[in-house]
Amino acid sequence: MNDLINNWLPLAIFVALALVIAGVLLIAPFLVAFKAPDGEKLSAYECGFNAFDDARMKFDIRFYLVSLLFIIFDLEVAFLFPWAVAFHRIGAAGFWSMIAFLAVLTIGFVYEWKKGALEWD
Amino acid sequence: MTPAVVFFYIFASVLCLAAFMVITARNPVHSVMFLILAFVASSGLFLLIGAEFLAMLLVVVYVGAVAVLFLFVVMMLDVDFAELKQGFLQYLPIGALIGGLVVIELVLVVGGFIATPSGGGHVQTPTPAAASNVMALGEVLYTRYFYLFQAAGFVLLTAMVGAIVLTLHHKPGVKRQNIAAQNARTRAGAIDIVKVPSGRGLEAAE
Amino acid sequence: MIGHALPEFILALGILAMLLLGALGGEKRAWLVTELAIGVLGLALVACLFQPSGATVLFNGLLVDDAFGRFMKALSLVGSIATLLMAMAWFRRRGLDQYEFPVLVCLATLGMMILISADNLMALYLGLELMSLALYVIAAYARADARASEAGLKYFVLGALSSGLLLYGASLIYGFAGTLGFAGIAAELQGPASLGIIFGLTFLMAGLAFKMSVVPFHMWTPDVYEGAPTPVTAFFASAPKIAAIAITLRLVSVAFPGISGEWRQIIIFMSVASMALGAFGAIGQTNIKRLMAYSSIGHMGFALVGLAAGTAQGVEGVMLYMTIYLVMTLGTFAAIIAMEIKGQAVENIADLAGLSSTNFPMAFFLAMMMFSLAGIPPLAGFFAKWYVFVAAIHAGLYVMAVLGVLASAVAAFYYLRIVKVMFFDAAGASFDRASLTLRSLLAGAGVLVMVFWVWPGPVVAVTHHAARALMQGQKP
Repeated sequence: MNDLINNWLPLAIFVALALVIAGVLLIAPFLVAFKAPDGEKLSAYECGFNAFDDARMKFDIRFYLVSLLFIIFDLEVAFLFPWAVAFHRIGAAGFWSMIAFLAVLTIGFVYEWKKGALEWD
Repeated sequence: MTPAVVFFYIFASVLCLAAFMVITARNPVHSVMFLILAFVASSGLFLLIGAEFLAMLLVVVYVGAVAVLFLFVVMMLDVDFAELKQGFLQYLPIGALIGGLVVIELVLVVGGFIATPSGGGHVQTPTPAAASNVMALGEVLYTRYFYLFQAAGFVLLTAMVGAIVLTLHHKPGVKRQNIAAQNARTRAGAIDIVKVPSGRGLEAAE
Repeated sequence: MIGHALPEFILALGILAMLLLGALGGEKRAWLVTELAIGVLGLALVACLFQPSGATVLFNGLLVDDAFGRFMKALSLVGSIATLLMAMAWFRRRGLDQYEFPVLVCLATLGMMILISADNLMALYLGLELMSLALYVIAAYARADARASEAGLKYFVLGALSSGLLLYGASLIYGFAGTLGFAGIAAELQGPASLGIIFGLTFLMAGLAFKMSVVPFHMWTPDVYEGAPTPVTAFFASAPKIAAIAITLRLVSVAFPGISGEWRQIIIFMSVASMALGAFGAIGQTNIKRLMAYSSIGHMGFALVGLAAGTAQGVEGVMLYMTIYLVMTLGTFAAIIAMEIKGQAVENIADLAGLSSTNFPMAFFLAMMMFSLAGIPPLAGFFAKWYVFVAAIHAGLYVMAVLGVLASAVAAFYYLRIVKVMFFDAAGASFDRASLTLRSLLAGAGVLVMVFWVWPGPVVAVTHHAARALMQGQKP
């Protein structure tokens, strides 16, 4: 268990440092900055008009498709990590196993490409 | 208290707090942000039990991709979330009842686990002591579990086909760039030299 | 050795070939890809039927090839092939004939293959997910149709929940038994089971019950059946149910024979509740697809009567029931798909009025289907019920058998009402002439249910042998 902590100590220190810096930057303005709040000053500004509607707009469904396709290849890459680490231990069987997996997804990729899912319009 | 225990409590309390905020935050975008915090905290918990690969995967896949997908979905929906929450109080009693039942079940199960500590003595593939977590996974995933690995490939293929079938639609009448066709253009195909008879215009030449 | 996984192998390669062909050839290849899909499924069916007998465990205990699995796989493949045959022309008339549909049906079928021959909880989960993911997509396949989108979404949300339940149960069982292999779990369960195992078993059963659509996890069925395109509904009612019931049989009889008292309670409750809901829920329905949804819930309840007996005879009864159910369902849906007036599909029972005067053969065969679904002798549906009830009585479940007979008497009401509408009501607009495929499917199913009693021997012998092999446990 101590091994584990020692292995990851740099990361823990890094995260702690990041938290401290972020926290300080967040809190410092409350303490030192000059403040004179005003209703008009804090309201949403839209080019001289009052705000028409909510700032949140509907996204196009194509963003969703892009991120979904990204997740699939993200997972494919995730499978590659242990394969690369254990590569010299699993021999030819492991190699061809991964090639078959990649072949399946490559055919999926060809499908995607020909369907035009990678084009924006 | 060893350092590991301290870290466990830090991650566990952040996880619980973040999970609570996911369902109570008014703004759905904030909910997604708390969800990301929950993912990071649980990846810390995975690290503590020695599942390093899962911890990294949680950050890479869930924080990196799934959370982004959630953000898109939340932003894609044009839903008045205040209106959606109208029924909250109405359904609170039954929700609390079901939640309570699940808690009781969990307690019973954990109680059973303490009563039979011998359970789990026949682990099929115990983690080898000398190898790292990723190495141990890699040694079995591609050979011993070849069949499941390939099945996972087909699940991903299904997801790919499904996503395209359900969401992809091309707008009609949009002119797309075709680089190969542009590069393959020659002068002969693009330019037509016509002798135009004087005073009678282009129509007469054709 | 790889020969024992030949149907899966053929199907996997076929899917890749179809996808490539479709992607490179464009949309106009849809018809060709569908024909290729039917060919590949047929080839897998042949490979499945001509496997050497005996049980073999492959891939380090992830896949088992045995007589039970081969039989159920053959049934699923028949269901998928019939679906594609019925769907081809239907989708083409609606401008939905994309090549992705046969690919998705084949992917779902591959999931069913993995599921049916799973010998490990991990293989079970992956097979189930592969099947379900493809099914979610084809439920919403007609995405311009709001009802189909709703059906797909509803199915997906509830299906994801049920997968979560199943995974939770599997993880509990792994925690308490220390293994995911079915044989290993059975070896671990000598003596009284711990509370954790029972919780795990319950969660697993809940997840599987959703896929079988038995009470209390049936809520999605009527809406999804009504909303999905009709050929897709035919698919939902046939092949996936066979896969789900097959894995349930295998799971409880291979992994949990030691605690049969526990799972039989669950099965008995689900069975009785499904029979009752199927009988009473369908009475008020006017849409024939909704009616078939309730009917399928009821039939799953009847099939589970055999499993509740917990004996080899009971398993045999379930296998026989599913065979006959498959034939009846496909025949009935062939008739429902043929219900079109001037190119517009109609789905109300009232549209069948006076069918006997406008189209006597269709009315006759559909009436045979209804009589068989109701379980009227000497049609096949009667023998299906007979086998499971006899198994229940042999196991001492007298009350359950009586309840089952009562439920089928109530259910007979709405099946006979359809016959009455077809034969005794005033004729309405006549249907368009159905395609040869649909007519021959309906007639074929009709003949099968009518003549089953003449020569039931082969099917009964196969199910008898396969059920004994399953109950005796895995041979290494």
